[in-house]
Amino acid sequence: MQAFTVLTGIAAPMPQANIDTDKIIPARFLKSIERSGFGKNLFANYRYMPDGTENPDFVLNQEPYRKAEVLIAFENFGCGSSREHAPWALLDFGIRCVIAPDFADIFHNNSFKNGVLPVKLPRAVCEQLMEDSRMGGNAKITIDLEREVVVRPNGEEIPFKIDPLRRHLMLNGLDDIGQTMQHVTAIDSYEAKQRAAQPWLNR
Amino acid sequence: MSGQKPRTLFDKIWNAHVVETLPDGTALLYIDLHLTHEVTTPQAYAGLRAAGRGVRRPDLTIAVVDHNIATDASRYTGIVDPESRLQVETLEKNVVEFGVPYIPLLSERQGIVHVIGPELGRSLPGMTIVCGDSHTSTHGAMGALAFGIGTSEVEHVLATQTLLQKPAKNMRVWVEGTLPAGVTAKDITLAVIGHIGTAGGTGHVIEYAGDAIRALDMAGRMTLCNMSIEAGARAGMVAPDEKTFEYVANTPDGPKGAALEAAIAYWKTLPSDEGAHFDKEVRLRAEDIIPQVTWGTSPEDVLPITGSVPNPADAPNETRQAQVQRMLDYMGLEAGQKLTDLKVDVVFIGSCTNSRIEDMRAAAAIAQGRQVAPGVRALVVPGSGLVKKQAEAEGLHEILRAAGFEWREPSCSMCLGMNPDKLTPGQRCASTSNRNFEGRQGPGGRTHLVSPGMAAAAAIAGHLADVREFMPKEHV
Repeated sequence: MQAFTVLTGIAAPMPQANIDTDKIIPARFLKSIERSGFGKNLFANYRYMPDGTENPDFVLNQEPYRKAEVLIAFENFGCGSSREHAPWALLDFGIRCVIAPDFADIFHNNSFKNGVLPVKLPRAVCEQLMEDSRMGGNAKITIDLEREVVVRPNGEEIPFKIDPLRRHLMLNGLDDIGQTMQHVTAIDSYEAKQRAAQPWLNR
Repeated sequence: MSGQKPRTLFDKIWNAHVVETLPDGTALLYIDLHLTHEVTTPQAYAGLRAAGRGVRRPDLTIAVVDHNIATDASRYTGIVDPESRLQVETLEKNVVEFGVPYIPLLSERQGIVHVIGPELGRSLPGMTIVCGDSHTSTHGAMGALAFGIGTSEVEHVLATQTLLQKPAKNMRVWVEGTLPAGVTAKDITLAVIGHIGTAGGTGHVIEYAGDAIRALDMAGRMTLCNMSIEAGARAGMVAPDEKTFEYVANTPDGPKGAALEAAIAYWKTLPSDEGAHFDKEVRLRAEDIIPQVTWGTSPEDVLPITGSVPNPADAPNETRQAQVQRMLDYMGLEAGQKLTDLKVDVVFIGSCTNSRIEDMRAAAAIAQGRQVAPGVRALVVPGSGLVKKQAEAEGLHEILRAAGFEWREPSCSMCLGMNPDKLTPGQRCASTSNRNFEGRQGPGGRTHLVSPGMAAAAAIAGHLADVREFMPKEHV
């Protein structure tokens, strides 16, 4: 996983609640057996017209948002299907941070595993950041995970909180399977105990 | 146990599976059953291969194909779509390489992963169950802690049989009273989501309680727990009881004899203790629930079938007004239209929400002696080979076919627009599936979520209809 420390980039406003993972990447594009290549189909049902041409009204088809690295949305972002293809598609497009008032649980988990940072900020702040993002290509915002602050184009700093373990893994780009493998003795002894107490669980 | 703090069903299962607690409170949680399918595993196996890791407990893992599978005879001759075929073939190679038990496409045990787990007796009370699929919450109906995970977590479970998790909060949904005739578990779950909203359960595990829940059969409990994720909850659960034990006793691969007796003795200790703490409680009266139908593009946008399309002007604020207007535009609806006036093009009866034998029976009961309205395409897709076999033994397929329904092969089918069963732009569908998101059943498709009986009634009427008008008078 790519580490996430400080990101300064263009933010795209998507003022909608309940942006579900089917919206982020429709199921018909989940047939790949790779982790990459999903970016071209990010938000496919909105980004493209039925004939495959770009929909000029969609935010990511407009300048400067074609190069967006941050997405700002409203409540319950990433609800629905557990597909990790959603953060893969965001990442493949170039988006490394999503800011919203809250996130659906599974998407929230999946994002951390892929170096896509979900930042929870109150709705009023999200609205303010959306206003900032409409000021054009020079109005970049900064997300500093080390210091846990979002920096607005005017320099104002807005604090956010990330779970300490997740922050540590993300700052260092660590794979958590490796971490868990350090507990293999505990897993072995748990299994032995459970096998004796609940024999019906073993096949 | 005197002196011990009263615990919830969730607390008990959680505590029994904590291998270790890390300094920050994250638990390393042991997983008893890992269900896998073709869509969310290829990258996990590739990750294992790249790191030189194996599968720790293949014996606690099951693989099956369901999402990509066509529901016509092409399953017998080879998958037509090259990408779908590659994904299925990739799983078939991976299960051989990593030694994971696999239920092949042509086995009668093949089916939707959330139908076969309980049906085979692999999903049991007290277990932790995960799958790279949000509707894993279904298995909570067994009295298990079951939740959906992403592909990175699938890889983590394959490698370690554990997950790093923070405990969820406890929420309890009480449904007391007796469900009126024609009102089902699907109507309960839609009513609950309408009540608490699609983020109402975020961060929580929902336990369903009350005599209306106890009265549900296991299939109904599965429908209810299945859609807990649509309320934002990580999992839904129903405490195990005699119905659960009898269900397990009749499964082909569940524990038998002394092992079953010992298991039941343990399972009886699982229900929430008197006085256990719930962070949130919600109460509904069963008698108040009228057959439900969604009108918008989120499962919370639901109304009784007796209602009318809402007017955006009546929404409480501008944001909601715009949201309602956007949904009406997408759904091709106008404020004030009666829901029963909405003509349907397609009816889909199936999916992990409603494709069990009880659902097939409910559809056939409405279809019997009637005809699907001209111009309506109506599909019935049993959730597994075993459901299909049972339905055919009962003659349900003949009743449905005689009425003009298509009787198809087990698959996720038209729930998610990933296999050949899809809506075309603008088509309106009464569907027993779980998500009415924009484009979920195919780009531009318009989904109305309903129970199997309501779906069958819509197929016959040619428009959304009140199932109660299709039932023998003495039942209403």
